[in-house]
Amino acid sequence: MQIIKTLTAIAITGTVIIGVSSTQAAVSGPKPESINWSFNGVFGTYDRASLQRGFQVFQNVCAGCHSLNLVAFRNLKALGYNENEVKAIAAEYEVQDGPNEDGDMFDRPATPADHWPAPFANSRAAAAMNGGAVPPDLSLITKARGSGGDSAIRVSMLQPSGFPLGADYVHGLLTGYLEEAPVGFDLPEGKYYNKYYPGHSIAMSSPLGEDAVEYNDGTKATTDQMSRDVTTFLVWASEPELEHRKQLGVKVILFLIVLTAMLYALKRRIWANVH
Amino acid sequence: MSGGTSKFQSNNGLVNWVEHRLPIFSFMDAQLNQYPTPKNLNYFWNFGSLAGIILVIMIVSGIALAMSYTPHTEFAFSSVERIMRDVNSGWLIRYLHVNGASMFFIVVYIHMFRGLYYGSYKAPREILWMIGIFILLAMMATAFMGYVLPWGQMSFWGATVITNLFSALPIIGEPIVKLLWGGFVVENATLNRFFALHYLLPFVIVGLIFMHLWALHMHHSNNPTGVEIKDEKQDTIPFHPYYTIKDLYGLGLLLTFFAFFIFFAPNYFGHPDNYIMADPLVTPAHIVPEWYFLPFYAILRAFTTDFFMYIPFAWLMSAKLAGVIAMFASILVLLALPWLDRSHIRSSNYRPAFRIFYWVFVIDCLVLGWVGGQAAEGILVTIGQWATFWYFFHLIIVVPVVGVLERPKALPNSIAASINGAPQAAE
Repeated sequence: MQIIKTLTAIAITGTVIIGVSSTQAAVSGPKPESINWSFNGVFGTYDRASLQRGFQVFQNVCAGCHSLNLVAFRNLKALGYNENEVKAIAAEYEVQDGPNEDGDMFDRPATPADHWPAPFANSRAAAAMNGGAVPPDLSLITKARGSGGDSAIRVSMLQPSGFPLGADYVHGLLTGYLEEAPVGFDLPEGKYYNKYYPGHSIAMSSPLGEDAVEYNDGTKATTDQMSRDVTTFLVWASEPELEHRKQLGVKVILFLIVLTAMLYALKRRIWANVH
Repeated sequence: MSGGTSKFQSNNGLVNWVEHRLPIFSFMDAQLNQYPTPKNLNYFWNFGSLAGIILVIMIVSGIALAMSYTPHTEFAFSSVERIMRDVNSGWLIRYLHVNGASMFFIVVYIHMFRGLYYGSYKAPREILWMIGIFILLAMMATAFMGYVLPWGQMSFWGATVITNLFSALPIIGEPIVKLLWGGFVVENATLNRFFALHYLLPFVIVGLIFMHLWALHMHHSNNPTGVEIKDEKQDTIPFHPYYTIKDLYGLGLLLTFFAFFIFFAPNYFGHPDNYIMADPLVTPAHIVPEWYFLPFYAILRAFTTDFFMYIPFAWLMSAKLAGVIAMFASILVLLALPWLDRSHIRSSNYRPAFRIFYWVFVIDCLVLGWVGGQAAEGILVTIGQWATFWYFFHLIIVVPVVGVLERPKALPNSIAASINGAPQAAE
């Protein structure tokens, strides 16, 4: 059927054009390394061991400054922890509750229903403690970052896997620090040079020194390993539905292909006497 | 409606009782079952019904989302994330709705370009075409306000930039902007009224679609030859089962395409910045509208003080105002298209010169879309300005002039003759 070929060609061309047209001028600079993540691709899933290690990195390193407001302790079951382990993790943290019968706010150990407690009371406090820069909330960080904008979307089209470039960017950022800014680059006081951060001058110091955490499963905690693990954890935090979405998607699309083929056969049959 | 000569008959007593009081069964039979449709429609005629089905998908998913959404600047962003994380299948409903908007525009733009190619806007279908333009305008307003609702960075800054455009209008500009905002900046009142209107407008679109179909059924579908139906027996086939099955097959293809985005690239059409909560104190590096607005955004931005189309009007208005007027004019000029086109031949298949200009125009629109998504600097400004010039030049000058000067090819005698390859006669 010539017409179907034409329509397909139009659809694909249109998609590509849209992809290109919605790509704004990205901040030029080196592209972060493209990693072959376990969650990439149509059949992508999260590596549970990496998620748990990444959670450890988040707890021990990131959580000191960054909030994770949209994640509740109960969600951690998706990392492979059981009910009791989740309860035990939650109990390590204190959250504010109240008012009690006397009208006072009070602190109590967190339960699985509580959301992750933020390290600072508000953004003013966060800025005051971090040299004027507010550490962003990390709940959606891999969906909210591409290298300066829309190229993440183009990549996600070529490599349909949620937001691989968002993940590649976070991994690149965490491993992309230079000890000294290149000659001629005017680095402001209290800032650090990062290869992948837009404008290169970032307020966060390199967070992942070798052996910054001691992994429970004995994996060697290199900077690259920690960065991959915590990125996996953050992609999960951004897109907890990703595995379910992709698994359902494979079934839905297979169903639709079979249905469409049957409709096409029926169409041919009904139209046989017209031509 | 014409074609109302239904041969509807029933043995069912209840059906006949209702039919005697409200002739709804014969109406549906005439309009959806026996409705005579040209037998030579190609697959580009599928996109009208596809657009209707997507509207239904949008309304159903939208109502479900509205049940869990909070239209307040403090809670909107997190209520959307609550839908994504805690509402049962909430991520599916939201991704369906978000990508459905893009599918709607893809389908409607193809539908419109089909109308442009086959001259479907020409007499006696002028009002049919004009209602279509109003549907497009209502869709754009709905889509724009819907994009504001998640209250991300692009929501907020897109709303700020677009609503600010109205301030360029003299005298009425400032009051209009205040009315849109419900205050002096984009704020909670703005979000509230946008939510109310975003819920209302789709039902206005439903009403417009009824008028669109009413006008369509008066004179029936155009067809690839552009020759009117002459003999109902030879030229047409009943809508059911022929076009119901063809439309269903087309729907299967569209849903497969649609599902790919929902499940494997759900944020492909979106902007990463919209996953950052709106912050009036932090301006994004580049503010870009959704892809379906990019050609119009390019026209808006083409009007700089040194743009040759602006210079003749420089004594009259600011470049900003000229850009705003041009942007709205780019759509409103389509309302005049049935009268701008002087050719009696509908289908571009029989218009060798116009056909070339048609494809240049298609490319021009794609170029505008591409330029609209780029930062306005360097050579891109010039490209955008020439593409803007050509957009208006095509519609206002090329279309009438080619219509008069062109020597069309011979038309087939009838739809049936075009299929049977019968000898052709000049009209």
